[in-house]
Amino acid sequence: MRRKKDRPRKAGPEKSALTRRDFLKGAGVTVSGGLLVGSTAAGAAPPGPEAGFVGPGAVPVTLRVNGKVHKMNLEPRVTLLDALRDRLFITGSKKVCDRATCGSCTVMIDRKPVYACTVLAIEAEGHNITTIEGLAAEGKLTPVMEAFVNHDAQQCGFCTPGFVMACTAYLEREKNPTMEEMEKNLGGNICRCGTYWGIRHAVVEAANGMKGGAHGNM
Amino acid sequence: MATCKYDWPPEGERELIGKRIERLDGPEKSSGRAQYTYDTNPPGRLIAKLCSCPHAHAKVTSLDISAAQKLPGVKAILVVHPVGDEIQWAGDEVAVVAATTEEIAEDAVRLIKVEYEQLPHLVREEDLKAAEAAGRTKDGGEQTAGDPAKAFEDPDTVVSEGFYGLPVITHCCLESHGNVVEWPDAKSVRIWSSTQNVSGGPGQLGQGLRLKKVDVEDNNIETICNYIGGGFGSKFSPDRWGIEAAQLSKMAGAPVRLMLDRNTELEMAGARPSAYAKVRVAARKDGTLTAWDSDSWGTGGPGPAGHPPLPYVIEPPNRHWKHTAVLTNIGEARAWRAPNHPQGCLITMAALDDLAHKLQMDPIELLQKNVNLAPEVLRKPYSEELVKAAELADWKKNWHPRGDKTSGPIKRGMGVSLHTWGGRGHNSTCNVMIRPDGSVSVQLGSQDLGTGTRTVIAITVAETLGLPIDAVKVEIGTSKYPPSGASGGSTTVGGVSNSTRRGAIDARDELFAAVAPSLGVQPADLEARNGKIQAKSDASKSLTWKQACAKLGVKTIQATGKNPGPCHLGDSGVGGVQIADVSVDIETGRVKINRIIAAQDCGLIIDVKTAESQVFGALIMGVCYALFEQKVMDETLGVMLNPNMEFYKLATIGDIGEFVVHMMTGPGYDERGVIGLGEPPVVSPGAAISNAVANAIGVRVPTLPLTPDKVLAALEKGAMA
Repeated sequence: MRRKKDRPRKAGPEKSALTRRDFLKGAGVTVSGGLLVGSTAAGAAPPGPEAGFVGPGAVPVTLRVNGKVHKMNLEPRVTLLDALRDRLFITGSKKVCDRATCGSCTVMIDRKPVYACTVLAIEAEGHNITTIEGLAAEGKLTPVMEAFVNHDAQQCGFCTPGFVMACTAYLEREKNPTMEEMEKNLGGNICRCGTYWGIRHAVVEAANGMKGGAHGNM
Repeated sequence: MATCKYDWPPEGERELIGKRIERLDGPEKSSGRAQYTYDTNPPGRLIAKLCSCPHAHAKVTSLDISAAQKLPGVKAILVVHPVGDEIQWAGDEVAVVAATTEEIAEDAVRLIKVEYEQLPHLVREEDLKAAEAAGRTKDGGEQTAGDPAKAFEDPDTVVSEGFYGLPVITHCCLESHGNVVEWPDAKSVRIWSSTQNVSGGPGQLGQGLRLKKVDVEDNNIETICNYIGGGFGSKFSPDRWGIEAAQLSKMAGAPVRLMLDRNTELEMAGARPSAYAKVRVAARKDGTLTAWDSDSWGTGGPGPAGHPPLPYVIEPPNRHWKHTAVLTNIGEARAWRAPNHPQGCLITMAALDDLAHKLQMDPIELLQKNVNLAPEVLRKPYSEELVKAAELADWKKNWHPRGDKTSGPIKRGMGVSLHTWGGRGHNSTCNVMIRPDGSVSVQLGSQDLGTGTRTVIAITVAETLGLPIDAVKVEIGTSKYPPSGASGGSTTVGGVSNSTRRGAIDARDELFAAVAPSLGVQPADLEARNGKIQAKSDASKSLTWKQACAKLGVKTIQATGKNPGPCHLGDSGVGGVQIADVSVDIETGRVKINRIIAAQDCGLIIDVKTAESQVFGALIMGVCYALFEQKVMDETLGVMLNPNMEFYKLATIGDIGEFVVHMMTGPGYDERGVIGLGEPPVVSPGAAISNAVANAIGVRVPTLPLTPDKVLAALEKGAMA
């Protein structure tokens, strides 16, 4: 997650006040990879003076999303979620809480689930970003998606892509989940319509299906 | 039923109706392909942000947008509240900015300089005396039946007194309120709306724009909503910020997206009114209810917001209620799934549960004994549902009198509640089309909130035409289609199933008339079944669906179906009973849901699978408001302290416990026709869970949510009493 060193320094913006967004989204610019610690920062360099800072004006950014390379100019404060949704029009990841609480924006970075609302787009450079569109390539449903359909684990559907991403990532790393572990692992996603009952059943089916029909611990 | 042209097929003849069928748009949603309003990006669309007032009650004394206007990327700024305007709640937008990116719009908002004169506010209402002293109360109605004063004095009665309440909660729709608007030409507006009311959208937007001196005709406005990320009663119009987005779009000459941020969504896009009540209820020693008296109050923001129905459903012969509206600066109330019913239900069912305890009676026995005080149409359903729910909960074995006497800190208890709702189908018009190539489509200006509306429409038409469900193309989500009602108050399933049943029967009969001569039979002798048109009297006389439609030549059949209309296809008034089983840790005060049992009727069920999902969802929403949810207001600052999703608490997947859902179907239920289901099952969970907690720990926690601090306070108070 090291920032490229060759970025030009630019003068700071003239702002009336420092807001939460400026702070949160600015922090990631100078603290290299800081916001990804604990999720995808394995191997990332610690922040150092050589990291410098980029922006605040638009800088060239290259994102690899679902295997496809996208080049764009973005202000460094733009989140990965906003870059996906508002610049690339890849809208499966939803913007709901915009502060890493509800999980509706869940994407995978190098196959690990992250909240795209709290990752800066520039932090995701050089990594493989997978959105829900990347899972259902060519319109074919994945076993997790099929299980969501079978168990009616969706109502309005706005939390569903985030849940499908979180479930997929979880079942990729845990082949024999218990119900208790599953509930803890999906506790970072919030549904308002109340589809948790269907999701529980969907995860059981998907867990069994992804192992080729063997019985899990659920 | 068989004597009328429009009817529902009897149980043995249903191929699709009453079965468990997956929602049609499931694959679109689970794959992320479903396009919501928030996902709509017409070329060149700008993003709009609100400049919100930080004060609960204030007057705008100066407003300067010049610096914001100069910021590169800013395309239009609309002043909503000019100098002199009074603001009634924090979050209200003073101005709105449209810019090329969200970041620039946010920068511009920060450059707008607004000065306010702060005015006195009131944002909390639990203390009625304080609200009265501030002059912020209003008569909310009063009614008396029988002679309650005399009934309470009867020495042969047992009287229970209590205080109960529920705070203001929000809708917290995951897709925030908002719209994307464009003007394809100078006279026309296209608006993608996150709305429960597609057909009503053009009229609302047109009226709003004309009030702002923007000239537009309703018939040049198209409202589109293919998917909506939650509404729950809070999204019946484009809202003032939809009108503002249309104004900005016109000013900027570009499409504009204006979706609320999470904080404004929670501050001002919908609140469920609170209700608090002091109650007295009396019964004879055998449990026969004789009298009710309640003095209630609550707030729905700056205006009155109705009153909870008290007593709820079970009405003793002598009763009196009085309600006071508290006017506060907290943002407007909006209909929240089953408006006023969860409040009436919690207050009544908790009071009856406390009375049962005083009578040393099983609360289910008390309800059974007084079922005859419910409206007549509900008495039999309630009786049957109380029996069914008790059986599924193994109530006789598991229930104990109030206070779990086992040792250890974990106390277990059970509670019961019952509820009702109307749910008659709304006005709906549809076009059913059968084309010569055999394709079938149905168009109506309805919307699918995630309740399964698309699926119900497809099932109804497919069943009527004897086709598989995927043979029917359902086209909804735009106001260009024939008008259908707003999706609120559980009115949609009845409205759209009845209109499409009538339209499909007419279309089918036209097809029968077209093919009867070639089969040498009378049209009345034909039936549509298993993809064929065949003679009832002689199955050898048949055509496949495609062969039959080919007989139309170049003519497409188009039949219009309406609701209301002739013949009985639907009804109003359902009942439901819920039992909650909880464990409470009396050392930490934490409440854990073990299980909730729901027995629910709603007439003839079109799709059992999505119907059950409605009930599961309602139970989970019920757990949310019973245990976690509250719009926390700070009286000093006048602002909401938790306008975000980490502190506005909702249940997560590990918080919900187990559920048993039993839909009451068959004789006595099916012949009532289709009745709505969205509201009723969300009414009882608060009361059932509150009663279960009282049963577990031996004392009543008077108000929701049942948070650990309140549980511990109730235990402490109980121990001192």
